[in-house]
Amino acid sequence: MGAYILKRLLSAIPVLLGITVIVFLIMAMIPGDPATAILGSYATPENVAKINRDLGLDKPIVQRYFIWLGNMLTGDFGRSFSLNRPVFDEILDRFSATLVLAGVSFVLASLLGILAGVVSAARQYGLADKLITFTVIIGISVPSFFLGMMMILLFAVNLRWLPVSGMYAIYGGGDMLDLIRHLIMPASALAVVATGVIARLSRSAMLEVLRQDYIRTARAKGVDERRVIMGHAMRSAMVSIIPVLGIQAGFVLSGSVYIELVFQWPGVGRMLVDAILKRDLLLVQGGVVFVAACYVFFNIVVDVAQSLLDPRIKT
Amino acid sequence: MIAFLKLLFRNRLAAMGAVVLSAILILALITPLLPLADPDAIATGDRFKRPFTEGHLLGTDHLGRDLLSRLLWGTRLSLAVGIFAALIAASVGSAIGIIAGYFGGRTDNVIMRGVDMLMAFPYILLALAIVAALGPGLTNALIAVAAVNIPFFARNIRGVTVGLAGREFIDAARLAGMGHGRIILTELLPNVASTIVIAMSTTVGWMILETAGLSFLGLGSQPPQADLGSILGEARSALITAPHTSIVPGVMIFLIVMSINLLGDGVRDALDPRLRSGALTRPRAVTLVERRGNVPRADQKGLLNIQELETQFHVGPRIYRAVNQVSLHVNPGEAVGVIGESGSGKSVTALSVMGLVASPPGVITGGAVRYDSEDLLAASYDSLRAKRGRNVAYIFQDPLSTLHPLYRVGDQLIEAIQAHNRVPEAEARAKAIELFRAVRIPNPESRIRNFPHEMSGGMRQRVGIAMAMANDPDVIIADEPTTALDVTVQAQILSLLDDLRRERGLAIIFITHDFGVVAQLCDRVAVMYAGRIVEEGPTETILEHPAHPYTKKLMACVPELGGGKRRLAAIPGLPPQVHDLPPGCAFAPRCHKATDACREGEILLEGTETHTARCIHPEEELA
Repeated sequence: MGAYILKRLLSAIPVLLGITVIVFLIMAMIPGDPATAILGSYATPENVAKINRDLGLDKPIVQRYFIWLGNMLTGDFGRSFSLNRPVFDEILDRFSATLVLAGVSFVLASLLGILAGVVSAARQYGLADKLITFTVIIGISVPSFFLGMMMILLFAVNLRWLPVSGMYAIYGGGDMLDLIRHLIMPASALAVVATGVIARLSRSAMLEVLRQDYIRTARAKGVDERRVIMGHAMRSAMVSIIPVLGIQAGFVLSGSVYIELVFQWPGVGRMLVDAILKRDLLLVQGGVVFVAACYVFFNIVVDVAQSLLDPRIKT
Repeated sequence: MIAFLKLLFRNRLAAMGAVVLSAILILALITPLLPLADPDAIATGDRFKRPFTEGHLLGTDHLGRDLLSRLLWGTRLSLAVGIFAALIAASVGSAIGIIAGYFGGRTDNVIMRGVDMLMAFPYILLALAIVAALGPGLTNALIAVAAVNIPFFARNIRGVTVGLAGREFIDAARLAGMGHGRIILTELLPNVASTIVIAMSTTVGWMILETAGLSFLGLGSQPPQADLGSILGEARSALITAPHTSIVPGVMIFLIVMSINLLGDGVRDALDPRLRSGALTRPRAVTLVERRGNVPRADQKGLLNIQELETQFHVGPRIYRAVNQVSLHVNPGEAVGVIGESGSGKSVTALSVMGLVASPPGVITGGAVRYDSEDLLAASYDSLRAKRGRNVAYIFQDPLSTLHPLYRVGDQLIEAIQAHNRVPEAEARAKAIELFRAVRIPNPESRIRNFPHEMSGGMRQRVGIAMAMANDPDVIIADEPTTALDVTVQAQILSLLDDLRRERGLAIIFITHDFGVVAQLCDRVAVMYAGRIVEEGPTETILEHPAHPYTKKLMACVPELGGGKRRLAAIPGLPPQVHDLPPGCAFAPRCHKATDACREGEILLEGTETHTARCIHPEEELA
């Protein structure tokens, strides 16, 4: 197992390099002169030259890439001009908030989605199945940002059950309970689409598995139907569900951009949008690379979980 | 095409999606012709008018602009941008996929590594990076959304193309001197078109949603240009005071995306033949029993007594009579063979006993299965479950597919034991090892920790037998347990079963298509054809004096060891389809002795007390 984890970690290196190359190339295709773009009306020749020197834009492109990569490896993501602080510090501050939001949301989506899918498959064409299928269709079609706004309207403004936005109350907040109260709406709004997708896939994975010969064997042994479904069938279905969980984690992580804006959540997503609007490219670049790298590592975790579940995978 | 549309609209949800989407599309198309207010005409005096006010059907926004007008123009823009993005993503992605799949080798490798890199990004993040580089704006948002969807198309289309590129018609085109470009355009593209359509129908909704999302963030359309996303984004600041300005565009995005999703699902189901037959229905825990007519009275024959069993498969309008009036019994210590070609109904007969026929589509429509005089077909699920494995156990054909691939074989055996006996884990484990030893698996202590894929076919089948023996059943139904094995292993398994029968007084029903196996193990044999028993009697009698021409032909199919270079006789023709049987003898069309009398009326199973056959021109008179 240790060897397998090591192997997967090593195989992540080219992917991480690829990610940096892609981000670098995207940033390099900025039309016109980036220094002018950054400076806007302050673009005097001296300022442009200074920015070019600061950003190393006067060097050849390949050299620039390696300088940038080398700096990042030492934790130097550059300095954000709009915030006037190191990009890396800002990302670390912001990422923990995103991680809380996306993490809770992802766990919620996985649990609810798999449960709904399994119930739906076990009661195929029954009332529960029809209800779940219908809810799922609505769930995967509703824009998360619109859903979030409607939640605010209903639960915060009209019913006054939950705070409108933010991560902690400004006065007297800061404890766990306060965080949970602030987290309920954004985490649910973010989870809805992923829940729907996971439920859908779990349902079809379960139906596929329930037709297998080894399910008939379990029944022929006299194993109770509940155990047939929750044990035998679900275990096999997880083999096809887990990779989708990995993909959905990416959707949840990046979908938090919208939710962070709607709920004023102090996360990386909102930071990125602000940075884009302020043309703070170093912050964008650093944020994108950082989040993408985290996602790569998460996918390694998914692969390892998969190999623990399925002994046929060569470890 | 018409067939496709019919199929599509039989799906009510897809039809609903199509109707809603068409309505929205038509509205978007005729927007310039409608008598609408100028969507950009600012009238600050009329701010935040509620819906249904004079002159403003949906009210006005924070600048007093008419919401209905803005909604329709915004819808038009959102749809155009989303569809355009989908077209770009589909054409660029498909082109990349086809090139990678068609040329293969290094081209494929390089392209697909690049695609993998792009897919390593969380979806929207990449779009943000692209917008960051190009700058906010609707065109740039469109490019970004299209770009992040390219890998999805490239991957799907490559997969299909790789499958096609090796096919004969591509080789033929190459030999005919066609250039790569022409082969791709005239031979490959038409064949991957349906995949492209499916991929588009499932993603276009997403792309509309994502472009709206970017606009919502303020990174897409810039004022005064307004798509649905930016209308919603602008309304956000007035969410609490004037919620209708948010609800109107939000609901529209939802309706568009939902109708496209519903239609897309319909298109996929209609184009994907695997889903078409309703293949993905879940088999119930017990076969459905819907008996018509009287349940046969109990006669005191045998420990397990199948009486006039009828099992059918209901697939759409067709009814397959897989098992038709089959009666069969087995006594303790007796081995009864059921023999026939594939499709003769022998396996379905066996599975019907404990309600294991997959249902839907299987339905037991008549007869009775009596175990110790109790009718199992009338039994409740709980009482049937309690008897499964404990009184009547099964051994199945292919142990690789019939053992659970993710559980250790020992755990599967322990589960079988614990399904009927509440014994502690350690005790069950000891029993499992003992069972492994009984079926002559070497090193049972270490073997129980194996997964099925780590064992040979013969060892796996021994596990299957051990599992059947786990609760000391009285009856074992073995459904072609040796068919997947090679000959030497087959002989070992057969002698193992024979020993177990003698040692424990088991009753065995042995399903096979091989007379050699029957001769080795069975006391009696029933020959099945097209869902009916056509001959039954003691094995020796039937081997020496087969009465039914079919039995004789079937026996001729077995090569005899040391029999020299005798030509193996196959039976000409194919077994009949059991949904459309002719009257009279089902074997008549393949029988050299058939006369007109064979093709009319019911032919009865007649003969002596022990040997019966369903034939009016038997090979040997039964008297």
